[in-house]
Amino acid sequence: MRSDPDSILSAARASGASQAEVYAVQTEETPVRFEANRLKEISARHTSGVAVRVILDGRIGFASSTRPGDVEDLVQAAMETAPFGPEAHLDFPADAAVPEVAVFDAATEALSADSMIATGQSLIDGARSVEPELLCDVSVRRAVTTATISNSNGGHFTYSGTSLMAWLHGTLVRGTDMLFVGDGDASCSTVLDLDEITRSVSRQIEHSRRTAEVRTAELPVIFTPIGVAEALVAPLTLAFSGRMVYQGQSPLGGRLGEEVYDTRFSVAEDATVPGRVASRPFDDEGVPSRRNPLVKNGAVQRFLYDLQTAGLAGAQSTGSAERSLATQPAISPTSILIEPGETTFEQMVAGVREGLIIEELMGAGQGNVMGGDFSGNVLLGYKIENGEIVGRVKDAIVAGNVHEALSRLAAIGSEARWVGGTIHTPPLWFERLTVSARA
Amino acid sequence: MSDVLPRDQVESALRGHNADYVEVRLDDTSSSRLVYRGRELEEIGRTRSFGGNVRALVNGGWGFVSFNNPAGLKGRVAEAVSQARHVGAGKSDLARVEPVVDVVPLHIVNDPRGVPLAAKKGVLDRYNETMLSVDGVTSTNIVYWDGHKRVVFASSEGSYIEQERIDVVSRLAATARRNGDMQQCSHSLGSLGDFAYIQELGGTAREIAERAVELLNAPYAKPGTYTVVLDPILAGVFCHEAFGHLSEADHVYENDRLKEIMVLGRRFGQQHLNIVDGAAVPDLRGSFKYDDEGTPATKADLIRDGVLVGRLHSRETAARMGEKPTGNARALDYRFPPIVRMTNTYIESGDTSFEDLIADVAEGVYCKNWFGGTTSMEMFTFSAGEAYMIRNGKIAELVRPVKLTGNLFTTLMNIDALGNDMDFNQGGGCGKMGQMPLPVSNGSPHIRIRECVVGER
Repeated sequence: MRSDPDSILSAARASGASQAEVYAVQTEETPVRFEANRLKEISARHTSGVAVRVILDGRIGFASSTRPGDVEDLVQAAMETAPFGPEAHLDFPADAAVPEVAVFDAATEALSADSMIATGQSLIDGARSVEPELLCDVSVRRAVTTATISNSNGGHFTYSGTSLMAWLHGTLVRGTDMLFVGDGDASCSTVLDLDEITRSVSRQIEHSRRTAEVRTAELPVIFTPIGVAEALVAPLTLAFSGRMVYQGQSPLGGRLGEEVYDTRFSVAEDATVPGRVASRPFDDEGVPSRRNPLVKNGAVQRFLYDLQTAGLAGAQSTGSAERSLATQPAISPTSILIEPGETTFEQMVAGVREGLIIEELMGAGQGNVMGGDFSGNVLLGYKIENGEIVGRVKDAIVAGNVHEALSRLAAIGSEARWVGGTIHTPPLWFERLTVSARA
Repeated sequence: MSDVLPRDQVESALRGHNADYVEVRLDDTSSSRLVYRGRELEEIGRTRSFGGNVRALVNGGWGFVSFNNPAGLKGRVAEAVSQARHVGAGKSDLARVEPVVDVVPLHIVNDPRGVPLAAKKGVLDRYNETMLSVDGVTSTNIVYWDGHKRVVFASSEGSYIEQERIDVVSRLAATARRNGDMQQCSHSLGSLGDFAYIQELGGTAREIAERAVELLNAPYAKPGTYTVVLDPILAGVFCHEAFGHLSEADHVYENDRLKEIMVLGRRFGQQHLNIVDGAAVPDLRGSFKYDDEGTPATKADLIRDGVLVGRLHSRETAARMGEKPTGNARALDYRFPPIVRMTNTYIESGDTSFEDLIADVAEGVYCKNWFGGTTSMEMFTFSAGEAYMIRNGKIAELVRPVKLTGNLFTTLMNIDALGNDMDFNQGGGCGKMGQMPLPVSNGSPHIRIRECVVGER
């Protein structure tokens, strides 16, 4: 049997499915890896696979495979799971116009391993010019992905996207004291802001030359863009998942339109930003991409939906379905954009008598994330005394609830930047968070 | 496996490549997965995955190619060798391991493959009903996964090894909500080839549901520095995070300063502290006969009588450090090269009863179960799923889940008592360099740590 989408769809219909969907994805990935300042490994990953969803007697069945030519087994496995599957509350979308979103770049597809090696080497050289003893691990990764979705309602969607990612992790060991610094960028094209990575890592090293003591107290805390992206965005956006809302697990449930946050705070989810790695013309079910405002001037605007959850909740899909080959679509945000404010980072620091700056919290994703709690050991952070950064802070936990904290903002930064190519955010200054320290 | 790529094709592809070393790994996995959220069965599905990879070493540089399509294996080998040659600028160094030809039989106790999907769903339906029937529980989450995996490993040195395993993993979680306040309690477990573990969770389901509701009324612990007592589950996570990762030689072998810190013979804990890692400990989720470089599994002493005596190696790190390979090179699946990983990691039992552990604690925290843990080598954090205050030598009120953090070098020294009740936890999956969740187990008795930083949430 042939393994093209149409054959699979016909096989499913012939077996009695009322609707069927085929999701096929093919990825060519080339990672280049440096370890301890030296080129260590070049890889290639050739990935391909097919997933099938069927609706049989009103229930959803699912199966996936990465074995070529597995079509008959695949359709049969999906049909077998359907009687136990969830009740279907969706119709696979018919063909529709999708927006033009720039996610493919021919130069990125053609990029040579040598130029990726050169990118990695320049990041290492930049960081080590600030601190010669820094040991750097760097990964530079190029990927080309083609996704195709076909369904029995006449929907046929396909696109190709490219991405290039570069990330540097530096380690500096002095006695039993270890400093970890790092930053990175990602884009659909070959344009990466390598200078910003170098500047950012240099700042991290300079601010950490001295250490400072911190006490257990409620203190003002400034999160840098990296700190916001790594510790706060996940617990925040989880509350906007339509699935969490529908299941009664989101603290924002029933609060659409309500002014939950500081009135200066606005955030959007947007799969249409040109050239960003989370962008795409349509989601993983074939629903056209769009910009979804989540918070406007402190008020909750919208929750995110895939088709099935939208059907259950009486809402519309927001184009927010994401899937891996082995799992069914689930709601997941694409690019997150937090609107900048009016206070410069310098002004923020100058305004704090005693407080902290957080670049990275270790273990921030553990604990009661659903409720919006975050807490973590300060892996990289600095102490502010009388408006000046006085040194690196260790052995302390910073904890809070993201929904509470965002209602008590001291200021929103004016300088926003992309972190990891998927989150665009300024620094955020919180009035007070709980700091637990050894002292 | 032989239906996709027979042995003679694999062995022929390994010949005539002009590299220092080449290996091929093929991986064929069939799995079932069920996910519940509240009353909804959100997902039920089957996955079949075939994939393979080639790893090549030339002049100290590595090339790695992974694929789903088995056609053209010889070409994949050529691609990996050419990548390795591009990288290589030194000398290849692999510790010597005797080539092995072996077929390892499957270890099964109660085979989940023999249980119809309807029966699996029936068992989970019951737990979901139990949790939802507890007054105050607003939602639940159940994830169940079982997978049968067959891996073929072949190397240019003449090894050809077939290994099979079955993993069964499940997590039950209950959420209680009152107004904007939400609390969750969960339980994770796993086993190597024994579905019976899944059939005995009725009591656990009720307990975690009731605990989630109780937590709504529980206060936060006051942040600060306390004497803490960890149950075997959380102490196992602590051992894994706080010490296990630092004993992985790939962090150390290229870092001269870390080598000085991690020098064998250095004292890390008091005389009573013994920490071991080994896939040769049988029948646990971290158990296997050969690692993903074909090195036989061992049982490695890491800390003996409080002193660092060993570390975990791949063939490359062992050669570079002039130590023996320990069989700890593991890959999550065919998409990844093997890296140095833990297997079954545990703190050996001491001789103190639980009553004696808490008897002289005036004010402390008793921490049970886990939400997660992570490490930066020097510092670690881990989250307790459940916590109680200890007051005047007695377990007192329930408090909300806490986060513990510390510095490895002081915290291991501060373990001042070990319980006599060692137990293994198999519910966790370990993550490193994007490879997650790798099946491991952690073990420990109850342990007591002086002066541990406790944060709220």
